[in-house]
Amino acid sequence: MAPTENTDTKSVKKVGKPRNYDLGNGVYRFSRSRTYHKKALWKFQDKKTPKTVVPKKPVTVEKTVGGEKNGKTRTVLVKKRKSNYPTADAIKKRPAKKCFKHHTRYLRSSILPGTILILLAGPHKGKRVVFLKSLKSGLLLVNGPFLINGCPLRRIHQNYVIATSTRIDLSDVKIPQTLNDEYFKRVHEKRAKKEEGDIFATKKVVYKPSEQKKIDQKLVDKLVIDAIKKNSEKKTLFAYLATMFGLRSSQYPHRMKF
Amino acid sequence: MSEKYFFLPFERFVQSGRVAYVSHGPHKNKLVAIVDVIDQNRVLVDGPASKIPRGQMSLSDLHLTKFRLKFPFTGSTRVVRKAWAAEKIDEQWKATVWAQKVAAKEKRAALSDYDRFKLRRAKRVRNAIRTEAFYRLKKAAKKAKANKAAAKK
Repeated sequence: MAPTENTDTKSVKKVGKPRNYDLGNGVYRFSRSRTYHKKALWKFQDKKTPKTVVPKKPVTVEKTVGGEKNGKTRTVLVKKRKSNYPTADAIKKRPAKKCFKHHTRYLRSSILPGTILILLAGPHKGKRVVFLKSLKSGLLLVNGPFLINGCPLRRIHQNYVIATSTRIDLSDVKIPQTLNDEYFKRVHEKRAKKEEGDIFATKKVVYKPSEQKKIDQKLVDKLVIDAIKKNSEKKTLFAYLATMFGLRSSQYPHRMKF
Repeated sequence: MSEKYFFLPFERFVQSGRVAYVSHGPHKNKLVAIVDVIDQNRVLVDGPASKIPRGQMSLSDLHLTKFRLKFPFTGSTRVVRKAWAAEKIDEQWKATVWAQKVAAKEKRAALSDYDRFKLRRAKRVRNAIRTEAFYRLKKAAKKAKANKAAAKK
């Protein structure tokens, strides 16, 4: 049985429909003249909309041409002709290469300011250090503190670090703004001009921290140590930071919690 | 076990009512009761107390415990639950050394790096105390022995 049509028109919302409809075989209910009156098209019969005057766009442009014997100017079509075929390929703009400095930086969610990290690479590997902040280059700024475990203010990539769940409250600590990537850039002295004999004999450069770095180190050490001192477990925390990380037999880092 | 007059090589059997510890799979570290034996390798288990639905389990995933429930063969979940509660299996299980070891293992696995460090320190302190006590006793024993020898003379 076919579904019965809803005869209750009041409940059904009216939807706009053409009043003219197909009776079948292409015959419509209302003739052209009937619809003319129904739609009241006579209203609009003699209506005239004022013509908007569109200012004419110039077809050609005069361009100056270099060279003395070139007549100085040329009239050039604004829209090139269909038959125009350029003699040389247009220089395409290449998709901009993303520089390292434009990369978006991602920091692991487990690394927050004050988190104690275990360094896995570099001269200080195995040490437990305090994370201060992430720099623009994406590297992590860490500090031993130097007074406790000998790890100075350093930058390290987050891949070379294990984040522990232990955290020191550094919310009140203000780390100097000067500690940025520029600050840690290595200073290379310009090579001396060619002298006889020692072209290949290069001197070994030994890193020496500048006076400014020593001052900053002391300042940041104090900030971090003061923050640790506020902790109720400060004694154990100091000992914790002072000891190196190591694995014993049947300890597998991927199965352990940090 | 004093009533036992003959030698029993095995004391835990795969039998209906046997409480087993699940050692492997999604229901790891939970207890079930064996309801029926399907074949050599599989059993029908039910764990109403540990929220394990009635179903089959491989015997290689089960470790038999010393507990056995008394309920009729292929008893329903309701029957198992009642027998479980009547025997107080959960309490009994917690008291076993086995359960304590499992709990200790879990605790150890959940330790953070800092916790492990603190544990190591605490152990060092404890061992120092113990060693000292041992040497004190040793010294006292030596002295007593020397005194005895002197008295004999």
